[in-house]
Amino acid sequence: MSFIPGQPVTAVVQRIEIQKLREGDNLILGFSIGGGIDQDASQNPFSEDKADKGIYVTRVSKGGPAEVAGLRIGDKIMQVNGWDMTMVTHDQARKRLTKKKEDVVRLLITRKSLEETVRHSMMQH
Amino acid sequence: MDTDSIHSGYSHHSNRSRGSNKQSERSSRDRHKSHSRDSSSRSDKNVTISASSAQPQQPDQGSAPTDAQDDNWGETTTAVTGTSDHSLSQEDLAGFGKETDGPVEKLNCIRFLPLALTLLLGLLVLVTPLSFLVLPQVLWPERLQACGTACEGLFLSLAFKLLILLLAGWALFVRPTRASLPRIAVFRALLGLLTLLLLLSYWLFFGVRILDSQEENYHGIVQFAVSLVDALLFIHYLAVVLLEIRHLQPCFSLCVVRSTDGETHHYNLGQLSIQRAALVILEHYYKDFSVHNPALLTAAKSRAAKHLAGLKVYNVDGAGSDAATAQSRAKIAAAARQRDTSHNELYYEEAEHDRRVRKRKARLVVAVEEAFTHVRRLQEEEKKKPPGDEMDPREAAQAIFPSMARALQKYLRTTRQQHCHSMDSIQAHLAFCITNNMTPKAFLESYLMAGPTLQYGRECWQTRQWTLVSEASVTSPLHQGSEFQLKSSDFSLVVTSKAIPHLKLSEEYVHPKSHKFVLQLQSETSV
Repeated sequence: MSFIPGQPVTAVVQRIEIQKLREGDNLILGFSIGGGIDQDASQNPFSEDKADKGIYVTRVSKGGPAEVAGLRIGDKIMQVNGWDMTMVTHDQARKRLTKKKEDVVRLLITRKSLEETVRHSMMQH
Repeated sequence: MDTDSIHSGYSHHSNRSRGSNKQSERSSRDRHKSHSRDSSSRSDKNVTISASSAQPQQPDQGSAPTDAQDDNWGETTTAVTGTSDHSLSQEDLAGFGKETDGPVEKLNCIRFLPLALTLLLGLLVLVTPLSFLVLPQVLWPERLQACGTACEGLFLSLAFKLLILLLAGWALFVRPTRASLPRIAVFRALLGLLTLLLLLSYWLFFGVRILDSQEENYHGIVQFAVSLVDALLFIHYLAVVLLEIRHLQPCFSLCVVRSTDGETHHYNLGQLSIQRAALVILEHYYKDFSVHNPALLTAAKSRAAKHLAGLKVYNVDGAGSDAATAQSRAKIAAAARQRDTSHNELYYEEAEHDRRVRKRKARLVVAVEEAFTHVRRLQEEEKKKPPGDEMDPREAAQAIFPSMARALQKYLRTTRQQHCHSMDSIQAHLAFCITNNMTPKAFLESYLMAGPTLQYGRECWQTRQWTLVSEASVTSPLHQGSEFQLKSSDFSLVVTSKAIPHLKLSEEYVHPKSHKFVLQLQSETSV
């Protein structure tokens, strides 16, 4: 998932749709995010390239909507409902995910194993 | 000492085997069987040394199998006579070298020759300006023009300058010589020659211009004398710069290694000739290097001797032409193969030795601490009423010494230092420690650690006669890569020099307000 500055980023992504769960007054998704362009990327345990300032999933609560939808720990979120998440601050990312008017978030996530799966399936044909 | 018992065991062996001839050999062997068994049982540990153990067939010995007297007494003798009948201990061997040096130095008058020359030159320097002033007054007093205050000022300045010159000369040149160097000191000789040349030229001018023509202008003569003293003061300045100041700036780093045990020290020196550098190194040697202890070095040699001594080469194919080289090569090859177990022996031997040293040290420390508790300094008010027996430090030391003497002696024997410390020196040291309120640990420190040679008595200062061995001339200056050796009777110091590299220091200015920091965040938000 490394990128060359100035070139478009290409990645194999998976589309995940999460239904928000209502708990009291809040709508929760059931995972935690880390990263952002205002954060220290070298401390990110999930990224391959330690200069990658994208948004990563750091924790998925058990049985929550995210886990049910197929989100895994270590996934990098590329888009949320069409909004780009590769070059946002941590707070902007949080806001995009927790809009009160939206019940559903459609994420594009990427992970390392996706590429291998695609290559594997392409080899089989 | 341990080695003594082994030596005497083997010489006992060879005596018995060699002294008796073949017919009475068996009977004498039977008679001495009981004796030899005791000595050989002591030598059981070092079975590999004696080649007799390499031939295990002993038909007539029903007792311990390591008993070595058998029919092959011929081989036994040839292997064992490497150690002689007259076994010497380390103390005796150390004593041999001492007879060669001694009071010969006192008769060596050449030591005082430079001092005598210096004094002569100093006398000449003192006499010359005064004679320049006095001779015209004596030889033609009526024709001299009297000069007033100007001359008086010149007389005063001359007197003080001469005084300063004499004091400075005394400070710089009239000092006890540190050492006798093999060649002359080049700078001193040059300076002496320069001074002599100056004085001669002044005398020449004086003789020609003033004495012959009987100069009347006394003012001029006095100025002539004052100029001489000025020139001499400048020569003295030159001497200070050349002899004392020039070699202060370090430009070489010398590495000094002792040949026997590899102890290494480094010194930074300036531009000196090789002989002067050797002198500085020797002065540092006595205070930096730990004392040379020949008793510690025998272990490695005996280990090496064990390998080759245990092998005998037999030529089964008849006399070969290159017997000697083939034999030695065969020996080395066999020894290389046999070396598999010696490292094991070394390891266990050293572990055992360390354990023994530590045990003795523990006993020693306890004994000394206990002994020190018996002695207490008498307080001021107690001195007024005599309590009975007060002792001065020497007597107090003698009183508490016996309780620790045995433990100390055993410890010194284990660490093989016993020849460096005599009983008198130990008691003197004890009295010294008691006088200065030292703790037992302070007293013991000089016995637990091997200190520099300066610390020990005169019997350990064995070498004051050193030989400088050098490929380059000893008056040539040091340069990068110069090597020389300082040999004494027991060991030598190998010295190599390296030039201190030219250091380039650059600066980086840091503005005091330029230290700014930012926090590195790694936050995690749950959504």
